[in-house]
This record gives sequence, C-alpha cells and structure tokens, in this order.
Amino acid sequence: MPSLLESLAQFVIEGNAQKAKETTDEALATGVPVADIINKGLVAGMQVVGQKFKCNEFYIPEVLIAARAMKQSMEKLRPLIADSGIQPVGKVAIGTVQGDLHDIGKNLVGMMLEGAGFEVIDLGTDVSPATFVEAVRERGVGAIGLSALLTTTMPAMKETIAALQEAGYRDQVKVIVGGAPLTQAYADEIGADGYAPDAASAVDTAKALLGITA
Amino acid sequence: MLIIGERINSTRKSIGAAVKAHDTDFIRQEALSQAAAGAHFLDCNGAVVGVEAEPETLAWLVQTCQEATGLPCAIDSPNPGAMEAALAVHQGQPFINSITAEREKFARILPLIKQYRAKVVALCLDDRGIPQTLEARTQAADFLVTNLTAAGVPLDDIYLDPLVFPVSTNGEAGKQVLETIRYVRATYPGVHTTCGLSNVSYGLPVRKLLNQAFLVLCLGAGLDCVIADPTDPALMALLYAGEALLGRDEYCANYLAMARQGKLEQRQE
Repeated sequence: MPSLLESLAQFVIEGNAQKAKETTDEALATGVPVADIINKGLVAGMQVVGQKFKCNEFYIPEVLIAARAMKQSMEKLRPLIADSGIQPVGKVAIGTVQGDLHDIGKNLVGMMLEGAGFEVIDLGTDVSPATFVEAVRERGVGAIGLSALLTTTMPAMKETIAALQEAGYRDQVKVIVGGAPLTQAYADEIGADGYAPDAASAVDTAKALLGITA
Repeated sequence: MLIIGERINSTRKSIGAAVKAHDTDFIRQEALSQAAAGAHFLDCNGAVVGVEAEPETLAWLVQTCQEATGLPCAIDSPNPGAMEAALAVHQGQPFINSITAEREKFARILPLIKQYRAKVVALCLDDRGIPQTLEARTQAADFLVTNLTAAGVPLDDIYLDPLVFPVSTNGEAGKQVLETIRYVRATYPGVHTTCGLSNVSYGLPVRKLLNQAFLVLCLGAGLDCVIADPTDPALMALLYAGEALLGRDEYCANYLAMARQGKLEQRQE
C-alpha cells in the first residue's frame, strides 16, 4: 500500500486534480507537515512528469493536466505555507524576449519550475530588456529565463544580457536561455550562463546554477 | 485550392544547413519535388542566416527556386528589407508572407504589396498580441480587409490567415480557426483564406494524422489556400477527395486526373 504522499505524487502524475486535492486534505488532516506534502508529494510528482516529458513519453496536454492538479493542491496549502516557514527554493523571472509572442515553451518552463518549488515571476511575451532588468532590480530574482522561438528574435537575448551588464546587475543573476532555434553554442556566444533544451532541463539548469541541491 | 509549398523554410534543420551553405542543388531539388507534387507557389524563408545576410539569401532562394521550376514564390520574412530584395528579383506575381494588423508592420509592408502588385498572406494578429478568441481574430480580419482594399489591393489578392495554434495547449484552437474561416467567407465574399496546418498538431504524437484531419475540416469550412507540404501524398489525396466532395472540382475532373496518375493510391503511411 503506497503512502499518502506517494499516492499524491501519483495523482499529480496522472493529472487527477480531484484525487490530488482530496489526498492533500487527508494528509493535512493526519498531520503530515506542509513541507512534506509539497516536496514528497507535489514536487516529486512533477519531477516524474518532467522526466517523462523530456524523454517523449508524456505529451504537452499531459504536462498541463498534471500542472493543474499540482496547482489546485497548492491552493489548499498556500494559506499554511507562511505559518510553516517554508521558503521557495529560489526565485526566477521568465519571459519571451522582445519581438517574440510565442509562449508555449515559456509556460511549460514556468510550470516545471513551480513544480520544483521555485517562485516564478512570469513577465509574459515580447518582454523588453528593460523589463528583465527591472525584474532583477525590483524583485530580487536569482535567475532569469529567456525564451525565443524565432531566429529573428534570438538577438534580443544578447541585448537583454547587455542591458543587465550595463545596469550593473549581470553578476547578481544567472541567465538561462531556451527555445527551438537555440543551441548551446549560441548560449555560449551571447554569454548566457545556461542553456535548457526543454522544460525539465530548465529546472535542472536553474538548480545547478543557483547551487540548489534539494 | 491554391497550394503554397512550405518546405523551403530555413527554420527546418536540413533546409537551414543548405541555406547557410547556399547549396543550390539541394534547394533546386526541394523546389522541383514540390512543383512535381502540385505546389502552385513555393514558400521561401531564409531567416536562419540572421538579419544582415537575409536580403541576399532570400533573393538567392527565390532565384534558385524560379530557375528550377518557373513557379512564383511566397516571400516569407518578418524583415521588410529582405522582402524587398527578394521581390526585386522575383518574376511574375509574388506572394508576400506576411502582413499583420499590427499598425507599424502594416504600414511597412503595405507599400511593398502595392509596388509589386503582390498577393498577400494577412495574419489575423494585431497589437494586442496573439489572438486568444474568435473576436480578436475577426477584429484583425476587419482591419486588414478594410485597410488593404482602401489602399487599392484587390480582394482576390488578399488571403486571410486565422493563425493556427496547437490544440495540445488550447482545446479551442482548432475550432477558432474554423469559425474564423466561416466568418471571412460570410462577411467578405471574394477574400481568400489560408493557413499553415502543421502548427495545430504541435506537442502531440502522429502529427500527420491531425494535420490531415484538420485539412479536411478547414476545407469544409471554406479554406481555399493552404500552406503545406505537397510531398505528403496522403495529405494531397485528402485534398483532392475533399474538393470533389465539396463541389469544388467540376465533373470530378481533377480527382480523376489524380487517380489516373496514381496519386490517390499512396495513402499507406
């Protein structure tokens, strides 16, 4: 018989929001610590989803429905998080760069980061270098994730990195880039700290760059 | 049904390598195979080389395709400078891919349409960003038809593209395209509709099947131009069958011609 938290993880993987919420309630009622519900239930489940997506075993709708189950359970936990002193593992701002309106990849990255316990600030699409700089200055993010789907908007990544440099924040923040036309070589060329070929890798890259071992 | 062959797009890996290397033989082969498969226009996209090299590259692509096939091209670029370089060397009536209802882009592309008397793919997209609803699409369509015709562009040269998004992330995405096609047909008789099919299946397995089913649904809604891969025999067979069934193939002549050429028998994939 699986434990409550194993069941919760499994319901997240299956995308069964109803069962995930019920199991979350049950875990709370039996006194399971909120941190365990998040880490051993929700995060553990989303990690499996990310791995399955990475190796083409899961498709996009399956990631979306798992994320919905994770989020609905998280809604139940949110009021308790402050009291239990749980901190997000890190804070990341993400956005699709200026001139580019594609958001599917960026949204998947946001879900996977949230699923891994990050606080995610989604700046949206067509995000100017100045807006990324502002997120670093005002919101204290440890990393920013830049997305581009067009070869024509890839140069905006370079401009964003230059804007961070100019504003004097480049050393305070890790820059991760991703998107269909990108390569590790291009990431190196523009001076990004990391390149993530898919949403699950984005989590691994963010953790590695921010020194998060959990 | 007007078929714009989509294969010569430098964002595809094999084409991108050939475009960067200016591999004339490779591009010629791609152009010839699409022409043989029934394409009426050849889409040319050279964006992979970057903004600075794109004008020269796009002009080379257009010349290479036209020398090989004699077909007109669809000049596919977000960069007006590159578009102009390609239009300058193009023979016959070109297709411009694309204009949008984004005000600045509209103002930059419109003069090219007029100067070259081009057909144009008009994306139902305005300054509010990616259209999430039917209303956002129809409002962009209204702007485009009103302002293109006011500038003297003939209805027959306007091809509204509802913008296709993956059903994997939005279950309504396919239906919104079909409803937009019906709206354009009912509201602007004489204006054409077109779309790129393959985006609909992004993120799902057996993409060809979804693309084929979507083509049939779009035909039924009134689509009369498609940006697709004509070398997919199953897709083309469905197109010929669909046109015959919708009364758009008089005496089923085209369907019969394709049957005699053996083009309807290659459906096993």
